[in-house]
Amino acid sequence: MIKYALKRSFQSLGTLFIVVTVVFLLMRLMPEEGYFGSGFEKLDEVQKEAILKNMGLRDPLVIQLKNFYIRLVQFDFGTSTTYRPNVSVNEIIKDKIPYSLWLGLSSVFISMIVGIASGITMARNKNGFLDKLGTLYIVIINAVPAAVYYLFLQLYLTKFLNLPILFDVDRPISWILPIISMSLGSIAAYAMWMRRYMVDELNKDYIKLARAKGMKSKSIMTSHVMRNALVPMVQYFPASILMAIGGSLYIESLYSIPGMGGLLVDSIQRQDNALVQALVLIFSAISIFGLLMGDILMAMVDPRIKFGNSGGGR
Amino acid sequence: MKLKTHDRLVEHIADDLFEFANADTDNSEIAGYSNYSYWRSTVQVFLKNKTAVLFLGVIVILLLFTMIQPVLPNQKDPTFIHINPETFMQFRNVKPGTEFWFGTNAIGQDLWARIWSGTRTSLLIGFAVGLFEVVIGIIIGTLWGYVKKLDRIITEIYNVWNNIPTTVILILLTYIFRPSLSTLIFAMAITGWLSMARLVRNLVTIIRDREYNMASRCLGTPTYRILTKNMLPYLVSVIMLRVALAIPMAIGAEVFLTYIGLGLPVQIPSLGNLVNEGRVLMMSQSLRYQLFFPAIVISMITISFYVMGNAFADAADPKNHV
Repeated sequence: MIKYALKRSFQSLGTLFIVVTVVFLLMRLMPEEGYFGSGFEKLDEVQKEAILKNMGLRDPLVIQLKNFYIRLVQFDFGTSTTYRPNVSVNEIIKDKIPYSLWLGLSSVFISMIVGIASGITMARNKNGFLDKLGTLYIVIINAVPAAVYYLFLQLYLTKFLNLPILFDVDRPISWILPIISMSLGSIAAYAMWMRRYMVDELNKDYIKLARAKGMKSKSIMTSHVMRNALVPMVQYFPASILMAIGGSLYIESLYSIPGMGGLLVDSIQRQDNALVQALVLIFSAISIFGLLMGDILMAMVDPRIKFGNSGGGR
Repeated sequence: MKLKTHDRLVEHIADDLFEFANADTDNSEIAGYSNYSYWRSTVQVFLKNKTAVLFLGVIVILLLFTMIQPVLPNQKDPTFIHINPETFMQFRNVKPGTEFWFGTNAIGQDLWARIWSGTRTSLLIGFAVGLFEVVIGIIIGTLWGYVKKLDRIITEIYNVWNNIPTTVILILLTYIFRPSLSTLIFAMAITGWLSMARLVRNLVTIIRDREYNMASRCLGTPTYRILTKNMLPYLVSVIMLRVALAIPMAIGAEVFLTYIGLGLPVQIPSLGNLVNEGRVLMMSQSLRYQLFFPAIVISMITISFYVMGNAFADAADPKNHV
């Protein structure tokens, strides 16, 4: 178990290293305007060169890369250029994380509970009315672009439920709509997978045996089907909790929530290279760590998983 | 001793108790022959799903209509700014009516023409992405599953790639390479081939060591022939599903990227640009039609392709054939 966890952690570290390198190299392909502040047009060529040289962008690539790694190890993500000029990225992000975290976590818990519960209900009433209703919901949520239905939710729910349109920290009532919108997609995902795993489980031979033994179908459901169906679900939990820190790009920007996702959208629109690079790295690191935790958790919960089976297991 | 008892037993059996069975070779041919045809069963199972057939009809009509719409009579140019001949002002935000069927937008362009032009753009992106995904996915997937030496390397690449959220890759690529039609297609294809390759790889590893492939290898059949003749036919359903699902995904991604400012340039009508234009005016009740019409068309297309694709994948699975 510990051997597996260590091996898997090293793998993740390697992945993180590759991602960091690739992102850095890709960002070097960017036009250089992104490194200057708003006064870009006023600068002449010599000044531009001087600024770029000062930032270390005229050094050979290997040295740039080395400096970049050293700074990363010290958790120094550089300074913002256009979003909030000359403010360090850490400073900017520090204020943003709590918003994303709290909204995201509430959405994760709501969608886990509602999603898994509705998945169980659907599997129990397979081919019944509730199952069909749930399937309809899943199809609509999966097929219609989120960017479209979020708009309609904002448009109509604010009117019918008399909720404020924009986010306001001091008014908890304005948190409801962003949380609902964020949860809809993951409710569908949890419900779909839970239903599928339970239906798969129901078709297995040991369930037939349990039935033949005369076990009550209620206890078959709770002690056999649900327990086994939850095992594959477990590996998604850490990733979705961690991704909450990243927040939902679209929702945060739509409701003007001052969180991390909205920050990425803002920094893209203002062409702030350093900030975009830092956020992309943070989102990737979160995702890598989340999947790592998921795999380890899965191995802890399910003793059937072979340890030391590198890759391909997921 | 034993033999003698047996002989005695045989002697006691009357001759007329048994007779030779005359095997009819022609009849046995008929009994042993099943007229199972993969494609006919697939079509039969698909046609039983009435909802899917309905959506298939919707898709056919939509595709035909978006293709022939520009040559129909009385169609307007999607980028032409209409000007009122009396006041010499642009027809701004004209309500849907007989002249402009879906109304006009904030600078006087015909929304009806723009929606169909945008649908063409989005469908083009979707089909291109689907095609790239299938081609790259199948090439890499078959190599991955079939050539054992490559398995480790590609698995490692997959693990690295799969660890990064798709949205982040999409954003990074479109941010770095500046938004354009080819950038969007490239970015979406490069994030999409992964799951396709894995599906193909899993199928190939299952089929690779079946007896008939072993026989082919023993007879010295070249690898590419085994791949194309023995493997590819199994992948048809997967391919169809991926192409069908690539379209809703591409449309969704385009709308999202446009919102965060990384979509197509405003001059090109696309569903993402239309939704974005409509969103800006969303809060005024009388202009809401500019959001409704694109949203309805988008939902129709994405739901049709999604349902149809899934129904087809179910139908193409031999397990569901009777």
